[in-house]
Amino acid sequence: MDDFLVIDHVSKTFGAQRAVDDVSLTVAQGEAFSLLGPSGCGKTTLLRMIAGFERPDRGRILVGGKDITALPPELRPVNTVFQNYALFPHLSVWENIAFGLRMSRRPREEIRSGVDRMLELVRLSEHARKRPSQLSGGQRQRVAIARALVNRPQVLLLDEPLAALDLKLRQHMLMELNTLHEQVGTTFIYVTHDQGEAMSLSDRIAVMNAGKVEQVDTPEHLYETPSSSFVASFIGDANFFTGVAVELQHEGYVRVQVEGLGSPLVLSHGTVVPNQTLRLMVRPEKISLTLSRPPSGERVNAFRGVVEDMAYFGSHTRYRIRAGEHSILAQLQRSRFSGGGIDPARGAEVWMSFHPDEGRVVRLEGDA
Amino acid sequence: MSTRLRPARQWLITLPSLAWLGVFFVIPAFLVILTAFRPADLQGGVGPGWTLTTLKEVQDPAYLPILWRTFWLSGATTLICLALALPVAFQMARSGQRMRQVLLLLVVIPFLSNFLIRIFAWKSLLHPEGPLTKLLIALHLIPENAVLLNHAGTVLLVLVYTQLPFAILPLYAAAEKFDFGLLDAARDLGAGPLSAFSKVFVPGVRRGILSAAVMVFVCCLGQYVIPQMVGGTGDEMLGSKIAQRVFSDRNLPHASALAGGLMLAVLLPMLVVVLWQQFGRKEAE
Repeated sequence: MDDFLVIDHVSKTFGAQRAVDDVSLTVAQGEAFSLLGPSGCGKTTLLRMIAGFERPDRGRILVGGKDITALPPELRPVNTVFQNYALFPHLSVWENIAFGLRMSRRPREEIRSGVDRMLELVRLSEHARKRPSQLSGGQRQRVAIARALVNRPQVLLLDEPLAALDLKLRQHMLMELNTLHEQVGTTFIYVTHDQGEAMSLSDRIAVMNAGKVEQVDTPEHLYETPSSSFVASFIGDANFFTGVAVELQHEGYVRVQVEGLGSPLVLSHGTVVPNQTLRLMVRPEKISLTLSRPPSGERVNAFRGVVEDMAYFGSHTRYRIRAGEHSILAQLQRSRFSGGGIDPARGAEVWMSFHPDEGRVVRLEGDA
Repeated sequence: MSTRLRPARQWLITLPSLAWLGVFFVIPAFLVILTAFRPADLQGGVGPGWTLTTLKEVQDPAYLPILWRTFWLSGATTLICLALALPVAFQMARSGQRMRQVLLLLVVIPFLSNFLIRIFAWKSLLHPEGPLTKLLIALHLIPENAVLLNHAGTVLLVLVYTQLPFAILPLYAAAEKFDFGLLDAARDLGAGPLSAFSKVFVPGVRRGILSAAVMVFVCCLGQYVIPQMVGGTGDEMLGSKIAQRVFSDRNLPHASALAGGLMLAVLLPMLVVVLWQQFGRKEAE
């Protein structure tokens, strides 16, 4: 079933602000899906509409073919892991997890076994009698997840699930969430502003900006073939150039004239007409640096530049290279085979090159 | 607390309030209890020597119904005030900044007029010839010959009226600190609006409920003006008796014995409450 959760032309306005603007999405059953975007992009409002805390002004929300748009939160087959976990401070861990089952008046035996099973799943059995205030951040989050999952929701919503944790714990919980998702097989919807989190947690990601969905795709596709400059710059780092299409080649290759950089050959996924103004994107790690001119050929774009600045990160080194008007970011891994073994110093003259497949034409900002 | 004061400075800072409490509460309270052990003299003063006769006098079974009435009226007032104040505090804490201030002002406004004047207002409002009685009779909500004034129900009504702000304010203070996101969580987990209120909000403000209950209950116990002015002859509370012993009977030791007994009856439960709260705090840590 490919359209298990359906967001159908949903809009929501707060005062004069369009928080969510005509968003349509479908999520498959069992999928791990992320709503990714900067703060204020509407992702949280969309989540709250799925949970039932906000009513859309327009549009419908369906789960498993059933329209839930008009249902109050308590009647939806959806549970939420809140950003600050929202654990009930007056109840023990055990009672927190039992809350949902008690509300739906399940038999005592079912509540007991359900809660115990969940405590085992999140490995908190020995903390069952503690209050939430006695737990660490990571433990609290596991309680929040168990409290939601015990109700066997058809969709689990997770609002910035890792934001409240410190870096090390975040890495750990990231793995844990993935394992958990595999174990329970429920549809997970993450809301996050952290692209790394979204990439490593999700099967697919919807990148949102200003109330609209910019692109929905797998993490790899979003990174390798972003459709807009917003997506390209939000997910990872990117160099952007603006130029004019001068020569259309077969299979989507376009030669683009960029002021100060000659005419690189790049790949386009949309239709391009001659003399059209285009925006190009190249990822920093796709650019090679060499001291001498790379062997020239049809398939290589090469430019000269001067190393302006550099920063060593251990696993890689970043260079800022000046080429005329352009300031270009390149990233090199130190390895015997990369970059011809060069170690350019500040002020050194270098050659930058990238394969046409690594240069992408992206939508100009504001274009639909 | 981020800045810890050294013990010596802590004492210095609390000294004025401790002195105030000592001079105006502990010493007078002690004197009141001492007076209960002095003989009464005929001029309404206190005679020389010490005696236990007053203590025997106040064990008069005639006090039992008054004591019982005092406690049930105070208890009922406390419960009604809590029931009314909880939704008010809830709503106030959920309102926007401006609305909150308006509501807070509305709660406090009655204090701007004198307590006695407000009781008199109730008296004329509920008078058989008063506007409320006439209106209710005209609407056939009460029988023609109904009397709203001068019975225990009237005392209860006016007690609730006077004590309600004292219930709302501590509850509001607690509700303001309440994390309303917890209600979303409760709804998300299948609780309807009412269950979310009773299962999550009410336990969440239980400290405020406790403060409000103590506040209202204690204030009610000592009331004597209200039963005297709007109650009937059979609606005396212990406070009325104390006033009567002081002003009519001019028997200070007897009044002191009653007042001291009431004071202990108030202080002991409060001690329990304080200890319980301490225990609760320790448990939460």
